[in-house]
Amino acid sequence: MSNKRNEVWVFIEQRDGKPADVSLELLSKGRKLADNMKGVLKSVVIGHDVKNIAVESFKFGVDEAILIEHQELKHYRTLPYNRIMNELVEQHQPRVVLFGATIIGRDLAPRVASHTRSGLTADCTELKISEVEYLGKKFDDLLLQIRPAFGGNIIATIITPDVHVQMATVREGVMEMHTVEKPKQVKITEVPYIPNEIDNLIRLIEQHREESKVNLKSAPIIVAGGYGLGTKENFKFVQELAHTVGGEVAGSRAAVDAGFIPHERQVGQTGVTVRPKLYFAIGISGAIQHRAGMSEAKKIVAINTDPDAPIFEISHYGIVGDATDIIPKFIEAYKSRLK
Amino acid sequence: MTNDKEPSTKYKQPRTKEMYNSIVLVKQVPDTTNISGQVMKEDGTVNRSKLPAIFNFEDKVALEFALQIKDKYGGKVTAITMGPPRASDVLRECLYMGADEAYLITDRKFAGADTLATSYVLSEAIKKIGNYDFVFAGRQAIDGDTAQVGPQTAEKLNIPQITYAEEILDVKNRTARIRRKIEGGYEILESKLPVLVTVIKDAAEPRPFSAKRVMAYKGAKSLLELEKMVEGNSLLYTDQLVHEYQSRSLFIPTLTTDDLNVDVERCGVKGSPTKVFSIESVVLAGGDHVRIENSRIGMNMLIDKLMEDHIFG
Repeated sequence: MSNKRNEVWVFIEQRDGKPADVSLELLSKGRKLADNMKGVLKSVVIGHDVKNIAVESFKFGVDEAILIEHQELKHYRTLPYNRIMNELVEQHQPRVVLFGATIIGRDLAPRVASHTRSGLTADCTELKISEVEYLGKKFDDLLLQIRPAFGGNIIATIITPDVHVQMATVREGVMEMHTVEKPKQVKITEVPYIPNEIDNLIRLIEQHREESKVNLKSAPIIVAGGYGLGTKENFKFVQELAHTVGGEVAGSRAAVDAGFIPHERQVGQTGVTVRPKLYFAIGISGAIQHRAGMSEAKKIVAINTDPDAPIFEISHYGIVGDATDIIPKFIEAYKSRLK
Repeated sequence: MTNDKEPSTKYKQPRTKEMYNSIVLVKQVPDTTNISGQVMKEDGTVNRSKLPAIFNFEDKVALEFALQIKDKYGGKVTAITMGPPRASDVLRECLYMGADEAYLITDRKFAGADTLATSYVLSEAIKKIGNYDFVFAGRQAIDGDTAQVGPQTAEKLNIPQITYAEEILDVKNRTARIRRKIEGGYEILESKLPVLVTVIKDAAEPRPFSAKRVMAYKGAKSLLELEKMVEGNSLLYTDQLVHEYQSRSLFIPTLTTDDLNVDVERCGVKGSPTKVFSIESVVLAGGDHVRIENSRIGMNMLIDKLMEDHIFG
């Protein structure tokens, strides 16, 4: 290994010159991981006119930023971004590389891992650095990549002991974003981009994007519905309750899969992680993947027809019964008391 | 292994300019979407053996994409899967939908593969089959949700990739225009062929099985299935059966380490950098939540509690 210092890298995803929240959240986590292995944290910023992002990353505890700027890198494109990351990882051999589990991160990270033959774990819900004894051998500074697995009810800790570079993707909201009190002095290493014919096998013809108006992460009250509601029609009760209490509507993965609600409102391991003051889980059984995204809510109210549903185990208040019967009663009581 | 039928020879006649061949990666997965009480063990863990094995849905959408290319431009559709012998089930379903050929990639040495080792073997199988313009795959499989095998296979083939595809707009002069999903919208990309494309579940409605094709292919068998038949009957010989099934286009060719140019150190458990260090069953302890009665009184009590918690009011 060429590098003596343990480096933790975070790929900073940017869209239209703005860093993705998940990348900043990963910097906060990355700072802790780097401290735990007495290493350094570096941000990797690729784009056009994105020096400000490299500078901003220092607020989140970065020791050094690696910056690659070029007009052709303005928008994310698989091939040039992949080529840049491959070369950087091969040359510097960071110990840990983190990516947001976004569409971009999920397009890029596997390709980099494949090229560098690194281990990669998707959608981790926790990351730790630890000394590990595995098959009778001791390993230092292993990244424990922790995620729910196999349809729920199992939490797996994945390690990649035999390879130097350990990679993971993490969903937005899973890690908490903190700025540091005393940012380090800005130190930016600029790496030139040398265009290559190969990068243009795919050309971007057009792009349409609207900033999502949904912001589950900052909603104080979330009313979430699941597959247990049975029909899209019944999902209207969830919307009505959300409207009454001033909450945001959300859903479990099963509700998204059933078409009750769009994916951008999915809470859970493969959706958004939320920490509201109040979370209603309606017709949601409470599989581990869902709980991973909402168990840190301050108060949880569960409504379910099945008295043995796992959701009751983590809820503070539980009502057994049919949501279409309970919600109107709740709304009536709420209105008479609080409006 | 007696794979005397060289893959794809049947289709090596000169192609017209606008014919495009596709290889589709499919996977048989445990149905983790509807885990009910019946598959839960008493200790609160999932009884995997009770989960039915199903065709990963997004891979079916990928196959539909390939069949649409074939319908529009001509060409051949080949489905491949890596898995245990029983994964032949999904290959038969591919044939029912319209695939021209299906390969089972199976070997004990492939077992326990993570996404890196899986994509390595798949890429070698694709090289062996050859003569492709598109590789299609579902965005991800429901048993792991990693979405890694598609991009990693593309990387190993050293070809471009388009993930999260929603629609193939057109294919002209060996260039495909594809719309893909991005956060909050979409983008249109133009890729030279060959390209690997992963598709999302809403991208297309997989066509139903053709009754005619079900009748024609329900007897299709892989080498391992033919060997099983021979085991139970002293009058049958494997080579003879293989020959017979091949001549009736009912043979599902099998690719093993012997057939592929693979380094066994890079396959299966050995070739997988990710190791499961520990598994913790999430056993649900009895919670101490407050049961609220389903009644007007109950609702008022709940509102009182939430006011005490300083959430309402």
